[in-house]
Amino acid sequence: MEPTKTVKLKKASKLGAEQRRTGYLFILPNCIIFVLFFIIPAVLGFYYSLTEYNGFGSPEFIGFANYAKLFSDTSFYKILWHTFLYVLLTVPTVFVAALAIAMGLTRVWIRGRDFMRISVFWPTMISTVIVGLIWRWIFGENSGIVNYLLSLLKGSGLPWLTDSTLAMVTLVIATVWSKAGYFMIIFVGAIEAIPTSYYEAAYLDGAKPWQVFRRITFPLLKPTNFMVILLCMINSFKEYPMILSLTGGGPADATTNIVQYIYKTGFERSDIGYASAASMVMFVILVLIAILQFKLQKGGSNE
Amino acid sequence: MTPKKTTKGMVAGNVIMWVVALLFLFPAVWIVLCSFKPGNELFSIPPTLFPKNPSFSSYLTTWQQNNFLHYFVNSMIVAVASTLITLLINTMAGFAFAKYRFKGRDFIFMALLTTMMLPTEVIMRPTFTVVSTLGLYNTLWGVIIPPIATPTGIFLMRQYFMGVPDSLLESARIDGAGEVRIFATMMVPLAKPVISTLTILSFMWRWNDYVWPMLVISDQSKYTMQLAIANLVGELSIDWNTLLCASVISMVPMLIVFALFQKQIIASVMTSGLKEG
Repeated sequence: MEPTKTVKLKKASKLGAEQRRTGYLFILPNCIIFVLFFIIPAVLGFYYSLTEYNGFGSPEFIGFANYAKLFSDTSFYKILWHTFLYVLLTVPTVFVAALAIAMGLTRVWIRGRDFMRISVFWPTMISTVIVGLIWRWIFGENSGIVNYLLSLLKGSGLPWLTDSTLAMVTLVIATVWSKAGYFMIIFVGAIEAIPTSYYEAAYLDGAKPWQVFRRITFPLLKPTNFMVILLCMINSFKEYPMILSLTGGGPADATTNIVQYIYKTGFERSDIGYASAASMVMFVILVLIAILQFKLQKGGSNE
Repeated sequence: MTPKKTTKGMVAGNVIMWVVALLFLFPAVWIVLCSFKPGNELFSIPPTLFPKNPSFSSYLTTWQQNNFLHYFVNSMIVAVASTLITLLINTMAGFAFAKYRFKGRDFIFMALLTTMMLPTEVIMRPTFTVVSTLGLYNTLWGVIIPPIATPTGIFLMRQYFMGVPDSLLESARIDGAGEVRIFATMMVPLAKPVISTLTILSFMWRWNDYVWPMLVISDQSKYTMQLAIANLVGELSIDWNTLLCASVISMVPMLIVFALFQKQIIASVMTSGLKEG
């Protein structure tokens, strides 16, 4: 063996060791934060869910009693239903709004596209606390602008915040306003990445714009569609500040979702074990959505 | 791709798009206009589009008597400090995940990314236990530190550094530079574009954050803008004059950031499509 080669190898492995060390060193701060504020709380949350604990003294182990109680608790099912209802209403609305606006704002014959993109995107940079507040002001029952305009049209306003159905409607409107712009921009990026030659061929064959959208654009957007739906679902499941400042979860409990329920149970009523069991249920739901989405997406890309 | 002559459909399309764009613009503009309506003019019926007697009086009350100057400073401290630490640790981690080989690298990377899927909101109570055990309860550090390890930041940095050729690193190593020095003097300057993107994103996330301040802060003197606003909304009789002004004040930094970096923000959404609350 040539001596130079061993020197080289030695040097290489020394370099490799240094790189490994630096690698671990560089990811360490992130990992510490990750463990402290994610892993430990998650494990602790699972443990709490198996106990009876009010924040003082020590948690008392009670097995799966909290879960048993939770699954026979009609008020929990009601909260779950509100949460799902909000997700089921917002995800398709935001999706369709974002895609439709993106289609509009990628047509070259629309004037002022840059300005329009900005005006639709800008609300996504406003904190959701303030989004809720803005719409609470607009839909205010006594001095809101919407009710003023309605009273001009038909003589009286609507009980936007004291009727449970209307409260949900205002939430959906506020959500579309605050989220659609973000997904619109993602769609614009994806639509603009589609080669124009695809369209040219279709138009030469005499296809109508709607057919082109259905047969060409929409299928090509499949990966983007999945990503948008997933992000939108997760956003809607955990939406809390906007609901808090827009409806406060009311009227009664009509717009209270699972995050607010967990907060109320865990902090205001200090029933930490029970709140943690509800947390774990939400955790499982989110993981299932992610897995489902991932599976579907894989299925989609195999086609 | 599109027909050349103007059709009725095109005119209609333009009209529809303009209506949509203006509808999206209206709510924030309306809040700004209303915030200049003093006292009871705010509730006058019929409401006027523009304030009849525009005045800064509500702003002065909000800013001084109602302490929003103080909350603004708190928010600024939190957003700036958090962003600086995020930049440092996410750049380091992104570089390591892109350029070093070590055991468990891909597993750790995936584990960090999954946090993006599972929000803090679900584990609020146990997180609160951790925060108070560490002595961070009711301190601004408690708001600053927990959210700094942003998965989106790590992801963006990793993507960027994967595009940097290895040969650049190799030649620096041959010149005898140590790993830390290569990172600090060569790689960080190279990553300027992605660093500025992450600066904007992180500042926005932390400025708008509600959940962490809500969990950590109990003392009114440590409130951030969002926390103070949310608490005012929760009160029985809402002080709309103050709330509208506070909302506008809270939107101003975002508006400035957006005005300055609008192209970059939109481009980063288009290419990465990543989001973290």
